Amino acid sequence: MNARTLYDKLWDDHVVRTEQDGTTLLYIDRHLVHEVTSPQAFEGLRLAGRKPWRSGAVIATPDHNVPTKNRSGGISDPVARIQVETLDSNCREFGITEFGMNDVRQGVVHVVGPEQGLILPGMTVVCGDSHTSTHGAMGTLAFGIGTSEVEHVLATQCLIQKKSKSMRVRIDGTLAHGVTAKDIVLAIIGEIGTAGGTGYVIEFAGEAIQSLSMEGRMTVCNMTIEAGARAGIVAVDDKTIDYIKGRSHAPAGEQWDAAEAIWRNLHSDEGAVFDREVVLDASRIAPQVTWGTSPEMVVPVSGRVPDPGREQDATKAEGMRRALDYMGLEAGTPITDIPLDLVFIGSCTNGRIEDLRAAAEIVRGRKVAATISQALVVPGSGLVKAQAEVEGLDKIFTTAGFEWREPGCSMCLAMNADQLKPGERCASTSNRNFEGRQGKDGRTHLVSPPMAAAAAIAGHFVDIREMRGIE
Amino acid sequence: MEKFVKFTGTVAPLDRSNVDTDAIIPKQFLKSIRRSGFGPNLFDEWRYLDQGEPDQDCSNRPINPDFVLNDPRYRHAGILLARDNFGCGSSREHAPWALADYGFKVIIAPSFADIFFNNCFKNGILPIVLKANIIDELFSLASADEPLEILVDLQNQRLTPAGSGAIEFEIEEFRKHCLLEGLDDIGLTLQHSEQIRQFETKRRTKAPWVFLT
Repeated sequence: MNARTLYDKLWDDHVVRTEQDGTTLLYIDRHLVHEVTSPQAFEGLRLAGRKPWRSGAVIATPDHNVPTKNRSGGISDPVARIQVETLDSNCREFGITEFGMNDVRQGVVHVVGPEQGLILPGMTVVCGDSHTSTHGAMGTLAFGIGTSEVEHVLATQCLIQKKSKSMRVRIDGTLAHGVTAKDIVLAIIGEIGTAGGTGYVIEFAGEAIQSLSMEGRMTVCNMTIEAGARAGIVAVDDKTIDYIKGRSHAPAGEQWDAAEAIWRNLHSDEGAVFDREVVLDASRIAPQVTWGTSPEMVVPVSGRVPDPGREQDATKAEGMRRALDYMGLEAGTPITDIPLDLVFIGSCTNGRIEDLRAAAEIVRGRKVAATISQALVVPGSGLVKAQAEVEGLDKIFTTAGFEWREPGCSMCLAMNADQLKPGERCASTSNRNFEGRQGKDGRTHLVSPPMAAAAAIAGHFVDIREMRGIE
Repeated sequence: MEKFVKFTGTVAPLDRSNVDTDAIIPKQFLKSIRRSGFGPNLFDEWRYLDQGEPDQDCSNRPINPDFVLNDPRYRHAGILLARDNFGCGSSREHAPWALADYGFKVIIAPSFADIFFNNCFKNGILPIVLKANIIDELFSLASADEPLEILVDLQNQRLTPAGSGAIEFEIEEFRKHCLLEGLDDIGLTLQHSEQIRQFETKRRTKAPWVFLT
């Protein structure tokens, strides 16, 4: 048999049938559901008199709309409350397991899934959320879908798909101190652009990816969608196996041994051919900061806000001018001179325990700058929160002046009360810096958790590689 | 789903690349549990000067005169012309719902984001990919004093701007068939129920840990 990529293997294992033109019915193993993109899908099932094909495949948790404080009082926003209650009642009606708002297992759906061992290597995973790509870190084929497709998967356990092209992004070498998975993925997006991955599934490989923890790999795969790709994947290795072993929904005993033996084959074969290869040198990646309104508008923290006058492409230059205007920035300004109003640490990109540890390491023994009006830490799940509290991280944050919140998507997309006001500038560990993403006319700079923590302390961006002496 | 065969409409030129789904329909409107009614909030933050809220009457809100859909020439456009990577970002199907609810049936751009592109077909919207030089030409035609009208003929995969020659476009055969017939994907897939069941049985034997929940 020909040498196959990891994507080929995952794809081949799930083909139910293929039409002559390549249109394929692909079987879906795991379906994650949240409150925002599911109500219309459940309503569609009801209207057609259909039932979920396999309700055990589905796991639900509310995350986008939930408040991150004063939860005992319920949800005060009536529209949001109806949406979360609708998820609760749909899950009851259709026999779907839900980690409800007050369950300790509740959290951002992409943090909850892996944490519960619900995402296992070799699976196909979908969710009505673009950041479903996160789960590729476990050696799965995972991607976001729209609500019509949510309904389609609920009703048929399948999706109609065409196979994407394959790209391998290899990150050779080792990262410098203070440089994280977030910086890797921002650097990749800066390199290939937000449409650079369109039409592809990306496999991340190379020494720097292998050296990342599972949390770090999830961060990289999470933002694959920001490069336009359908999915991101990392091959299974010892770290994957160790991460999954013993989790609530992972197999055990003999079944574990059988599973592990199969999972160990989940890597691209020697000699497998990719449609495109991109290679970056990890040692050249600096901590990254976005300056504009698209994740590809990114520079090293040691850099300056770029000048649209030096861009050859007229449409691009116009986009840069519009972004600078929206962001209230002047070309040529050193990134470290940009003052901030708020700091947000959390999200499906950077709301896992390792992210909170990395941020707390910077914050320990320091205070949030007086010019920062709000610094939020929003753990990715109730279990991440509990673990952080066991380790005393919450105290480190609150002593410094951060607010310690309940888990949810929070200010990443600002559907709940956690929002920027017009003109406010935020250092954020989330994934999108689009206009209005964190609140109308709010300004977002995407950074890693330690970079966000350092910015909270200094009141402006700092190059954490130069903070070593202070630690 | 309503069939899409031919459509004639005027073109609104939205001269931006990377138009994301947060811009197409901002997050506060995603709290709705319905599929309809998003049209008045399409491009809300660009279209209005104030902060939009769900269930608000939009008829008296202050409008941004500089935004293309507020230009009287384009107010009743049914075809949206845009730049690269249209529909990037969130998977929210509320974006095509809002576009369709406003009255857009066709979106023309040099490239689309993957999930958005898929979502369009589920809602009777035809996204058409054309080469950048043709897009440039359409932008100049659409920006004239008289709005540009285009006839889109899906069967023959051709669009014809008024007063110009026809332009051919590509579309996957299966997607074309579904749009032309207004087919429900789920119904089609369920015709293969037996095959899905057989596949599932095999998978259960091969990877029983997938079925623990």
